[in-house]
Amino acid sequence: MIVAALPAALTVFFASLVPEIAAGQVLRWAVPWIPGLDIEFSFLADGLSLLFSLLISGIGVVVMVYAAAYMQGYPQVGRFFIIMTLFMLSMLGAVLADNVLTLFVFWELTTLTSYFLIGFTHETATSRAAALQALLVTGIGGLAMLAGLVLLGLVGDSYELSVLRASGVDVTADPLYGAILVLVLLGAFAKSAQFPFHFWLPNAMAAPTPVSAYLHSATMVKLGIYLMARMQPLLGGTEAWLLTLTIVGGITAVMSSVWSLRQTDLKQLLAYTTVMGLGTLTLFLGLGTEAATTAAIAFLIIHCFYKATLFLAVGAIDHATHTRDRDALSGLARVMPLTFGIALAAGLSMAGVPPFLGFIGKELMYEAAVTAPSAAWLVAGAALAANALMIAAAGLVALQPFVGRARDWPQPPHDPPVAMWIGPIVLAIAGLVLGLAPHLIDQRVIAPAVAAVAGHDPHLHLKLWHGFNLPLLLSVVTVAAGIGLYVGRERVRCWLGTAERLIPGSAERAYDHALAGLKRLAAWQTALLQHGQLRGYLTTIFGTMIVLIAAASLRGGVWPTDADLTDAPAFAWFASALIIAGSVITIITRYRLAAICALGAVGIGTAILFVSHGAVDVALTQLLVDTLFVVLLAVALLKLPSFWDLRHRETGLRVGAAAIAVAVGSLMTMVLLVIVSVPLDRRLTAYFESNSVPLAHGHNIVNVILVDFRALDTLGEISVVAVAGLAAYALIKLRPRRDPTHQSQGRSAADQSATG
Amino acid sequence: MHSLILATATRLIAALMLVFSVFMLLRGHNDPGGGFIGGLIAVTAFALYAKSRGVDEARRALTVHPTNLAVAGLGCALIAGVLGLVRGQPFLTGQWITIGGDGHGHGGLALSSILLFDVGVYLVVVGSVLGVIFAMEEEI
Repeated sequence: MIVAALPAALTVFFASLVPEIAAGQVLRWAVPWIPGLDIEFSFLADGLSLLFSLLISGIGVVVMVYAAAYMQGYPQVGRFFIIMTLFMLSMLGAVLADNVLTLFVFWELTTLTSYFLIGFTHETATSRAAALQALLVTGIGGLAMLAGLVLLGLVGDSYELSVLRASGVDVTADPLYGAILVLVLLGAFAKSAQFPFHFWLPNAMAAPTPVSAYLHSATMVKLGIYLMARMQPLLGGTEAWLLTLTIVGGITAVMSSVWSLRQTDLKQLLAYTTVMGLGTLTLFLGLGTEAATTAAIAFLIIHCFYKATLFLAVGAIDHATHTRDRDALSGLARVMPLTFGIALAAGLSMAGVPPFLGFIGKELMYEAAVTAPSAAWLVAGAALAANALMIAAAGLVALQPFVGRARDWPQPPHDPPVAMWIGPIVLAIAGLVLGLAPHLIDQRVIAPAVAAVAGHDPHLHLKLWHGFNLPLLLSVVTVAAGIGLYVGRERVRCWLGTAERLIPGSAERAYDHALAGLKRLAAWQTALLQHGQLRGYLTTIFGTMIVLIAAASLRGGVWPTDADLTDAPAFAWFASALIIAGSVITIITRYRLAAICALGAVGIGTAILFVSHGAVDVALTQLLVDTLFVVLLAVALLKLPSFWDLRHRETGLRVGAAAIAVAVGSLMTMVLLVIVSVPLDRRLTAYFESNSVPLAHGHNIVNVILVDFRALDTLGEISVVAVAGLAAYALIKLRPRRDPTHQSQGRSAADQSATG
Repeated sequence: MHSLILATATRLIAALMLVFSVFMLLRGHNDPGGGFIGGLIAVTAFALYAKSRGVDEARRALTVHPTNLAVAGLGCALIAGVLGLVRGQPFLTGQWITIGGDGHGHGGLALSSILLFDVGVYLVVVGSVLGVIFAMEEEI
């Protein structure tokens, strides 16, 4: 219960802002984020953000209270509530953001938390696949949106939404408008499950029911709707906006409401009706008239109320009967009267029956449809079809499981504990009370939200009874058609089953193919580049080096001019001789131990050269690394195949390796000669020499550079060392074992499957 | 491969090397040395110990899992960086404090976030490399 305290406090806080915002005020709060790019971490509360904030925190209270009872018995409940709370805060951040980049960050945070919540029961493969699908679809949409928002910021010369709106810049006249529109809408459509991205939402029902109710119905999927409403003043009002939104929204609404009747899983059915709701919202936001915006905002609230309630009621049924299959459920009204009452109230609101709030929403929709600027009959037809199908779907969820003959349950189902009905009942009653008294919210909440989208105060007066007019007639037709569809539900299901077999492809199959293709591409390029052959890697690295250095020398024409080695001290000659001798022995010896020792001699020779130039630290490091190298080799030594056999098996490879070695050696010699033939730039050396003691209080310049002047580099390097160590550890310790017991087990399993 | 002479000598040599590694770590600020070199010396000491007396003994002597040591080292380096932020200066700015002394930069024990950073480098090197060496000794 304690988890509901934060959303409750937030709800109270946002509710306390209502009078101020309703009076037309806008609250803004900002801190500098990336001052160099003029990017602020800024938030803004106007009518639209406040409406969303109230819904997010208010439904959050209901869902958290419900989940506290529902999630009992699940493992890792603590993690569940932490992610739910993080999700809620990300949602609030996204709808309250003023800066578009702030908006993007919170937007993607909701994607991430959604990923964790869909995959909460991560033991099952379907949960994981559904979570990944939602992440990829909405994540890629989010990236498109980011590109669109950045373009928008460049065109409007500000990343603040409030500044963009106030400046009056006409984005629609800009040549980049088309790109901005497409990119931003891709993000919104993916997030709000519009066709053809709709498929992830029904799959996301793999999440626990409170998550489905909260994220995938009431809040997160509305984020795309929020973005479209937010962008309407900036990007809307054009032919492209109108056509895209109405067509995509119309297709989504009708298609998903048709498929909802095909579903037998009650959660799946509700998911499809949610997609329908989102499509309807898109459709009406596309129209852009004041009536359409009012209808969209009102339906948004209504949808949150009834859909969250129905999800939670289905959760209660699932909890009591352990099934959500509507074919297996009937006659529950007698044993779960309270749940029946809640579901019925929400279902009636969903069906748009007076005096519930849903009726007002439907009237507003029809009013907006018949006054649409173009293709009014098409919009009205889409809305009518979707609403009629919605009534049938409402019947399937809120009526069918509860009526009919009572079944013999192994354990008789009963109403859930108080925590699981108190919230839904509040929402259901709110749907009825607000239907009877819409003046409670119309001026306070709906009008400011509409004003934020439309840019001026709307003439808005919600009421239940509008008199006899065209919208009422359409309502009557809708109800009649809906009841007809409900009565003939089995036949409809048969037809849809036939239709489903006739459709050759689907967006989801395209997603599957794309994902499989991506995996094949990854496997192909990994096999090509990461073949696991050390010789191959070295050939690639040194071959690239040869080509690059040779190309640079040939193009730049820099050749060593002054190769005077006469002033080299005697011990430098000694060290060089040691290095050369070590190298030659390494190549020609027939014993591995001798080769390792000879390599050690090469290292020591190099260290001597470092010492001779005063680089004691470098020499020390070189010596120690060499020592460790010998230790590591010694560990592996005993297990390797015979050295001599290995070497003389492949003469051709040895010739190739020799060619590469000679080329690298001579090119490096040449490069070094070029470097020493020009005077060294000693400015950095002079700086460190003069500042090491006064600034860093240290006399060892090498170490002072490492841990003070360039400490950030070192931090990066030790991070790499730590990660590389971890990775090597994992590769050694966690590799698949080839021990005999394991193999015999695998074989016996194969034998069993063969015989069985 | 077990050699009684090596095993006996290692007890003394490894201990001396560990002391020497800390010495190198601490003197690094003014003389050749530092966290990286000190860490490598400590790794060599433990690798020698593992070679002569077995990895199990070496792990017991280390008491901490090498991976944890590496992560602790990264933590030390990060804390050293954050100390600058706490004082309102850029990340990783050196912070100095002198214990004792005459208050004018003479005498006393100078401690700094730089030292903590270098200890972090030392621990990362020891933990990462030893993790690999122990794992190789056990698995290969």
